[in-house]
Formats: sequence, structure tokens, C-alpha cells
Amino acid sequence: MSSNKESFGKTVGFVFAVCLVCAALVSFSAVMLKEKQVANKLLDQQTKILEAANLLDVAGKDIVGTFNKFVEAKMIDLDSGDYIEGDPLLFDERRNSRDATKSEKPENDIAGINRRSHNAVVYLVHDEAGKVQTVVLPIVGSGLWDLMYGYVGLESDLNTVRSVVYSDHKETPGLGAEVMNPKWKALWPDKKMFDEQGDVAIKIVKGGAKKGDIHAVDALSGATLTSRGVENTLHFWLGEEGYGPFITKNRGGLN
Amino acid sequence: MSSDAKKVLTSPIVDNNPIALQVLGICSALAVTSSMANAIVMSIAVILVTAFSNLFISIIRNHIPSSVRIIVQMAIIASLVIVVDQVLKAFSYQLSKELSVFVGLIITNCIVMGRAEAFAMKEKPGVSFLDGVGNGLGYGAILITVAFFRELLGFGTLFGFEILPLIQNDGWYQANGLLVLPFSSFFIIGLIIWGIRQWKPAQVEKD
Repeated sequence: MSSNKESFGKTVGFVFAVCLVCAALVSFSAVMLKEKQVANKLLDQQTKILEAANLLDVAGKDIVGTFNKFVEAKMIDLDSGDYIEGDPLLFDERRNSRDATKSEKPENDIAGINRRSHNAVVYLVHDEAGKVQTVVLPIVGSGLWDLMYGYVGLESDLNTVRSVVYSDHKETPGLGAEVMNPKWKALWPDKKMFDEQGDVAIKIVKGGAKKGDIHAVDALSGATLTSRGVENTLHFWLGEEGYGPFITKNRGGLN
Repeated sequence: MSSDAKKVLTSPIVDNNPIALQVLGICSALAVTSSMANAIVMSIAVILVTAFSNLFISIIRNHIPSSVRIIVQMAIIASLVIVVDQVLKAFSYQLSKELSVFVGLIITNCIVMGRAEAFAMKEKPGVSFLDGVGNGLGYGAILITVAFFRELLGFGTLFGFEILPLIQNDGWYQANGLLVLPFSSFFIIGLIIWGIRQWKPAQVEKD
């Protein structure tokens, strides 16, 4: 051990050198892997949207190709329900809903999201002939522990459910996390979100939905608060403060 | 491989297990053991971080001023953890989504820091590297054992494949909800520690 190991200048120099090497290592890995990470994130999102549109079987291994072929992403203004200009790839709901200039507090925040972005992306899913088959709407709302992010797929009448798919949540495994269970997801197709008056009527029923009730889905057993969260999320996003205006405008059929 | 090196590598697996004997790194052992896949990825991450942090710290051990040694160790460990996290995000996005917080918390895993301070600061790089791998393996062995019981009895699956068909999927097995929750690992780790000490009474502390 050298005696000058502890001198002030040497200590500072040593720490500086270590920081430099570590910083170089971290930035190198971050920069080198960035492209792959972004692609992974996009792939994950596209997989979920295809799942919501019931196209995963069609896609097989070719998620990106299928997505680009059938899915058209469009930006809308939530208050008016009109399409607006904008690049859906650059849109980030989570960032926008933290930005006071790009979001607002909902008047009736039943989904517990605190702030809602002014704009949103909707995904129009076409068939081979180019006709809109499914509209996939991103949704977010509080579960038991934290916000749950997902997609709801509606048929072109904007009423019949194609699917409810969650992509990101922190619910209890085995209880609330059963929102990801294929058995539960299989309960959703062909339910109707709205009643004849055009009000949101979908509900999640504890103890089991009545047979033949087109507006009701069984609750998750042991996860009352998560189930209620899903119901509130759907009511918020399909209601006036969510996609309501967009849905009202396009109820006659999308093209 | 000399017998010394072999001992450094294998003794942390049972004889001197970081979780079972030293009772370090319990926090992440609770959190990431709900499924086998998570436990294995986490184990690999910890093995890599402990091995390389031991290696780098050992290489520069004679130059580290002792007044700032903990900070220097932390800087090296933290950088390695960030690299592991970035690699996971790039190559296994699904797992990184489930593990990301806990991968970040490897920084605070006492095993990594403990081995750096107790072993790598004194020993040569090669043997320090092996010590890191060994302790990572010891950590991983417990993690995987706990995950095996938690996933099998809590979800009826192993690696996501159905082993015991659940009642809600028209099977016969009623999942054990307790094992799904993180704190159930305390019971399993406790049983493992008891088992090891029955087998190797030398580990029992004297009153």
C-alpha cells in the first residue's frame, strides 16, 4: 500500500476517473441499445392492439407487417370527437396527461386518472377490402393498486365489444391480475357497451352476470375493486369526457 | 480449477449461502419469486452484477482511497445494474416490464455490496470474480427454490405451463392464494433455512 494513497488530489482524481469510466459505460450501453428498446416497446404495443382487434391468429409471427397492413392510427380531439392532424407515433398519453397545457382535469373523474390528455389516438382496423372492422380505443383507469392501461376493441357499430385487453397493470397476481386471464377476456366479445338510449350500460356483476344479459360481464372473483375499476374505466372512456363525442359522430359507421 | 477456487465458487451455494446463512438480499427474494421465469432472470442478473462488480473492484482495490471506497463501490455497482437493465429492456421486454423496479434495486442488494466490501477489497480479481458468481448462484438457488413452490402451489403452473389444473379453468386444484403474495416467501425461506441447518448443524448459532 502506498503512503500517498490518501492525498486529497489523488482521491479527487481517482473518483473522477471512476465516474468517467462508469458514465462512458452507461451511456455506451444506453445509446447502443436504444433502437432495439424502442422497437420492442412499439412491438409490444402493436401486439396488444392486434390482440384487441382479434387479429393475433392472422398475424402469427408477423406482428409489424400485419399491423401496418390493417391498422390505421389516427389522432382525435376528445372534446369534439373530430380527427386532427398529428403523428400518432409521437403521441404519448402518459406524458401528455402530466403536462398541464396538453391535458385537463375531468369533471367527473370516475376512472381516477387525475388528468386527461386533450387528444387521443384511435386505431381503425380494416379488413382485406379496406372496410373498418374494429376500432381499438386505448383506455386507462385506476385498479386496486395503480393505473391499469389497456385497449377496448369495438366492432364498426361502435357498440358491440370485440375485446377488452389490458397491457400494463400492477394488480395482485391471482386476483386482480386475472384481467389478463383468457377465460375472463373470453366473456367480453358480443357484449353491448350502450343501451338503446345511447347511454353507457356495460356493467360488471359480482357473483355472475345473468345469462343472456348483453350488457353484463362476470366480476373477477376475489377482486371487487379491480372489477369496479374496469367498469369505471369503461364508463369514463365511453362517456362524454372520453370517446363519447367521437363515438356519437361515427355511430352511423366508419369508413 | 484448484480446490481453493472451487471452494470459493461452491461454498456460497449451501455452506455459506448469502440468503440462508447471512440472511442478506431478502427483499428481492420476496418480490420476484412469484414465478420461475422471473426468479431465473433475476438470478442471472444478480450473478452478472456480483461477479463483475467483484472483478472491477478487485482490479482497482489497491488504488481505491479508503475514505471514499463505499461510494466508489456504489458507482461501479450502479453502473453495472443500469447496463443489465438496459440489456433486459432491449432483449426481453416482457420480463423487463415485470422486473424493472427490482432490477434497479439490485443496487441496494446487500449481497453485492457485502461481497465487494468483504471479499473483493482484499482478494485478487480472478478469485473475486468466482466469489461473485458463487454468491450469485447461492442467491439464485434460494430464489428458484422459493419460486418453484410459489408458482406451483400459488398458480398451478411452472414456467407458465399448467401442472395442476385450476378450478377456475375446470380443473381440480384450488390455488393457494397465500403463496401468491410476496410475504409468503418468508415461510418458504424459513423452512429452507431450517432444512439446511438440520442437514448442516454447524450453521446453527450458539446461544
